[in-house]
Amino acid sequence: MKRKKDRGAKGNAPDAAERESSAAEHESCADELIQLLSEDGAARRRFLKQTLLAGGGLAAANLLFSYHARASAHTSAAADAAAAPSNKLSTIPVTLRVNGRDYPLQLEPQVMLLDALRERIGLTGSKKGCDRGQCGACTVLADGHRINSCLALAASYDGAEITTIEGLARGDELHPLQAAFIKHDGFQCGYCTPGQIMSAAGLLREGCPTGMTVRECMSGNICRCGAYNGILAAIEEVRGSKA
Amino acid sequence: MRAYLPDYELRAPRSLTDALALLAREPGGWRAFAGGTDLMVLLEAGLLTHRKFLSIWHLPELKGIEVANDHVTLGALTTYTEVQRDETMRREFPLLGAAARETGGIAIQNRGTLGGNIVNASPAADSPPALLVYDAELELVSTRGTRLLPYREFHTGYKQMNMQSDELLTRIRLPRTTGDLKTYYRKVGTRKAQAISKVCFAAGARMNDGRIADVRLALGSVAPTVVRCTQTEELLRNQTIDEATTKAAREMLMTEITPIDDMRSTADYRLNVAANLLADFLRQLKHT
Repeated sequence: MKRKKDRGAKGNAPDAAERESSAAEHESCADELIQLLSEDGAARRRFLKQTLLAGGGLAAANLLFSYHARASAHTSAAADAAAAPSNKLSTIPVTLRVNGRDYPLQLEPQVMLLDALRERIGLTGSKKGCDRGQCGACTVLADGHRINSCLALAASYDGAEITTIEGLARGDELHPLQAAFIKHDGFQCGYCTPGQIMSAAGLLREGCPTGMTVRECMSGNICRCGAYNGILAAIEEVRGSKA
Repeated sequence: MRAYLPDYELRAPRSLTDALALLAREPGGWRAFAGGTDLMVLLEAGLLTHRKFLSIWHLPELKGIEVANDHVTLGALTTYTEVQRDETMRREFPLLGAAARETGGIAIQNRGTLGGNIVNASPAADSPPALLVYDAELELVSTRGTRLLPYREFHTGYKQMNMQSDELLTRIRLPRTTGDLKTYYRKVGTRKAQAISKVCFAAGARMNDGRIADVRLALGSVAPTVVRCTQTEELLRNQTIDEATTKAAREMLMTEITPIDDMRSTADYRLNVAANLLADFLRQLKHT
């Protein structure tokens, strides 16, 4: 939050997602959240399913908020980003293909893929954890391979096929990995979960080479709550059913 | 605190020729940016002093692994993942795969490059000791031409390199003469994974009739640069492996490296661990 303010104070253009985040919306999100958390276990599971559909783990208020941001982003993000005045550097046209949809953007060349996804397009499922490639919360697939989107320049993925957590489910139907994470309680706070699930999706595609364990093939995705047993059980189950 | 992004400039030349022309026009002005797995960490910490970057990630001239009769050539943009998956690399240069496997997590391995690992010039980098064991050569290119340099002569001091400001590292060449080496790779860090080395040890040797015919020892994190320990190699050559040889080699190694105390470890710990790793290598060598 502080970072955003810093940037704003220096005269940077406000971005699509920021514009949607009015204080009133945050309050109503908090109310919804309190209601959900005080309900019974079934409600919690419903909620977790919803959050996974919406784009990943918790930071629940943020997630509920992302519903709103996303809904409007679909109609306005591309246009807003294109119209955003540049600060002092020229921008370049970049078309990001995310979850099967093209987003034509005007970006400064040094914008990171994660920031483009979250702040320009409004897909906030990919999380910013360490912002230096150590935690894996920002993991997305680029042409099927796992990358830390916080380290990747958005411009260098022009035209690539990007998949984020928002692109896994088919409508209301969870991706098998998402369902398995819920079933095995593969998270506690949920912040690392979108990255864990995307990394697991990458693992399913790439395969885990002989001699390497699933644990090693998930190296680079850190869970501070320590939900590793659930995470591994979820991935093992999906791998098993695929084989 | 994180750096302020609009202060930075980034260009992505269309071709290697364009990139080299830009470097020649403003020598020292531009810094190459590939996978970003080192540079972005500095950026986040607000420590990236350079302001102008040249993205080379997309340049096809710097990609790919080519196998010729007498050597294998790796494009500077070869990722750790590609090193691990290439059949020739797995068969003939297993130390590099071992190093790649222990560098960062999978997503880092998908973006981090061998060339970046070299020119980042960290003495704690994991692949350089392996490259030293294999007598790698570097191809450096500028508008003035191309030169081939033994990797052993590349690092001249802490973060100092035998590389001009208008040059790009384009390829890494490995002679195919080491496929029969018995190899040993061990990285010692705070954790088994996702840690920067306290000591990194790569070695290879050939035995002939119970004696050490050829031996190569390289270490990281124990000197201002990664190092080949040639004096210890010299001491070991033509020797049988017994207690006396091992003891002498340990002592020689401890005089040959110059580790320091820093945030990750102490000089004392590094000296002892390096010597222990050498002893472990010799023990394994004897029993194979």
